[in-house]
Amino acid sequence: MKYLRLNLIGWILLLFMAALTPVHAARIGDITEISVWDQTVRFFSFKDPSLRYALTGAILLGLTCGLLGSFLVVRKLALLGDTLSHAVLPGVAAGFLWDMDKNPVAIFIGATVAGLLGSFMVTRITSTTKLKEDTALGMVLACFFGVGICLVTMIQRLPSGNKSGIDKFLFGQAASLGQSDIQLMAVVTLLTFGLVWLFYKELLTVSFDPGFAYSVMIPVAWVHHGFMLLLAFSVVIALQAVGVVLVSAMLITPAATAYLMTDRLHRMLLFACLTGMLAGIMGAFFSFLGHQLPTGPFMVLSAAVLFAVAFFFAPSHGVVIKWWTRRSRSGRVRRENTLKAVFHVLEQEKFRQEGVTLVELAELRRQTLDGTEASCLELVRLGYGTMPPGEKAFYLTPKGMRRAQTIVRNHRLWELYLTDAANYSPDHVHDDAEEIEHILGEDLVRQLERQLNFADRDPHGKPIPSAEEIISAHGTVQSSPPTATGYRKPS
Amino acid sequence: MLLSGLEQLNNMLHPSFMVQEKDKIPRIETTPPPANRWTKGLAVEDIPLEIHDLTVAYHHKPVLYGIDLAVPPGKLIGIIGPNGAGKSTLIKAIMGLLPTDSGWVQIFGKNNRKNLKRVGYVPQRESVDWDFPVSVMDVVLMGRYGKLGLFKRPGKEDRDIASACLEKVKMMPYADRQIANLSGGQQQRVFLARALAQESDLYFMDEPFAGVDAATESSIIGLLHELRQKGKTILVVHHDLPTARNYFDMLVLLNMRLVDFGPTEEVFTYEKLQKTYGGRLTILSEVAEAVRQNKE
Repeated sequence: MKYLRLNLIGWILLLFMAALTPVHAARIGDITEISVWDQTVRFFSFKDPSLRYALTGAILLGLTCGLLGSFLVVRKLALLGDTLSHAVLPGVAAGFLWDMDKNPVAIFIGATVAGLLGSFMVTRITSTTKLKEDTALGMVLACFFGVGICLVTMIQRLPSGNKSGIDKFLFGQAASLGQSDIQLMAVVTLLTFGLVWLFYKELLTVSFDPGFAYSVMIPVAWVHHGFMLLLAFSVVIALQAVGVVLVSAMLITPAATAYLMTDRLHRMLLFACLTGMLAGIMGAFFSFLGHQLPTGPFMVLSAAVLFAVAFFFAPSHGVVIKWWTRRSRSGRVRRENTLKAVFHVLEQEKFRQEGVTLVELAELRRQTLDGTEASCLELVRLGYGTMPPGEKAFYLTPKGMRRAQTIVRNHRLWELYLTDAANYSPDHVHDDAEEIEHILGEDLVRQLERQLNFADRDPHGKPIPSAEEIISAHGTVQSSPPTATGYRKPS
Repeated sequence: MLLSGLEQLNNMLHPSFMVQEKDKIPRIETTPPPANRWTKGLAVEDIPLEIHDLTVAYHHKPVLYGIDLAVPPGKLIGIIGPNGAGKSTLIKAIMGLLPTDSGWVQIFGKNNRKNLKRVGYVPQRESVDWDFPVSVMDVVLMGRYGKLGLFKRPGKEDRDIASACLEKVKMMPYADRQIANLSGGQQQRVFLARALAQESDLYFMDEPFAGVDAATESSIIGLLHELRQKGKTILVVHHDLPTARNYFDMLVLLNMRLVDFGPTEEVFTYEKLQKTYGGRLTILSEVAEAVRQNKE
């Protein structure tokens, strides 16, 4: 713990110093040295038009990729998204060759055509040969991408090629987004959200159970192809900011992060859009801080960091959270076992004793005296018992007595159930009951009691504490007179 | 006599016993009885299902040959046959989920693909990814989508119907649970509730009793009998021979071709079961293989 705190202080100091360091601006023709803080303000203040476009573009693509990526992830089509995003490269190059300049519409059309052509080839290969889908996807991805690289290199060798900006399409540069790019992105984002909202239940059913969707007259083929078309559009608009190589990560990573966070599709869509947006913003921002570094890798890294956070800390699915739940559960089991041991010792003496000496407890639990003392201190801390100073003894409070009786009842009831209803032999039931006693809920206990006709003895002849006895536990064992038999009626 | 026949059959399901001496003599079959034996006198719109000369092939390998079937309304019908007999294929081909090589299917007198709104479907449990992020109620609501059309969202009435169906299968306490946290029998019941929510007249169920606990099995059969009382027709692909005799009014004996169809008492005989489960179909399989190679 101390190490972590020192580490944290160290990092904060470092960041503080970095904030004061001069940093180059990320805008061509604007090489002035400003501090990181000023850069941050400049980025988010929306004054500089090209930065405004970069930020807006990042937000739009994050939203679209998050939304459509979620459907890819739950339909187990992530590889398809990857193929589509790589297959568009030759189309982008063709779009450039059309005008020898960055014409957003030509690039859009070219990329969409290439993407759809790739998907079509995959379907043909899988349906006419014995090759499986993953092979076809991998092949088409690589071949189209290879053709695309050849075209890109050719374009760059042309006399006018260097200024075309096509190299930005490999790894993405949000700073190069212009007004027409943003307009196109806005149109596609609106279209995507609109169609998904309109046809949500159709998409849901087709994603979950296409056979059933068909049987309720949902046009499965239309929905599937429409989705693929939307996916192609969103890949194309994300290309300029994220780059062909890494766009699939922006489709999959925010969706995977969202999948870890929730169990419902509509919430998953929301989380994916938020995560995508956040990753986009962070990526654009970090690439802006560096001197013209490509945006794509930073966006993907940001998405990966967010995924790591979800991996460790997602409620109920996160690794750290699961470990923590397990730890607290084993703590509770330990405490209940100690209470049970106290009860057993008291029962052996027919409740004539007021408390339990630590020695007796240590013997029964086969622990060291120190270990027993530590367990008892834990119980005292939570109010289950008291340990008067000077005495090496432990006394139960009413709360502790109730808890102990509950555990013992669960244990003996379960043993009886196993021997009665499941025909276990009495010497096999103890270990099972040791586990089950901690997890039996109250309504299950009522069912068991009813089924076993409110029996009062377990298979070994020991009495099962009844509900009334547990509820009526009042006063500490200390206060009852020495001749009392504690909380059991004389049999 | 029937019981001893079943016992014999059970003993003989080992391949080496399958071909008996008397079966080695080729028997010339008499003309099969007409397909519309059990639907004579019914108007075309009242016949839930009529199939004529249905042939289905998987990758050029014929799986179903020339199926002729006409099903009367208001019956609980079991489809039985050995593994690979094409039982699931038959259901999927009837619903139009698989392409057919020949023949037609009519549902209540209309073309099957156009009249699916009168059909309720319970697919196999394995056909779905149970990690999908939906709740039990979401799945059952899907059964109402057919009635809603393209742009409408499910309303209160649909939710009420879905809740009623969940009550019927005793899954209402689990309505908000994600479907992965259910046992096999519970998942089956969710699928059943979804089909009930469709409020159809003809139901197809693909192995609803597979991998299901005894309590679920008896509650499903109770539900099916209830549906039959209301005049619905239900076809169930079933894998367990002994229970088939008790559960169903009529049986379809299927092994790549229709062996027989009729009331259980008539059809559940040693000879007919032997014809269905006995492995005398090598000629048919070999011809099928030749057809496949020819088409390549």
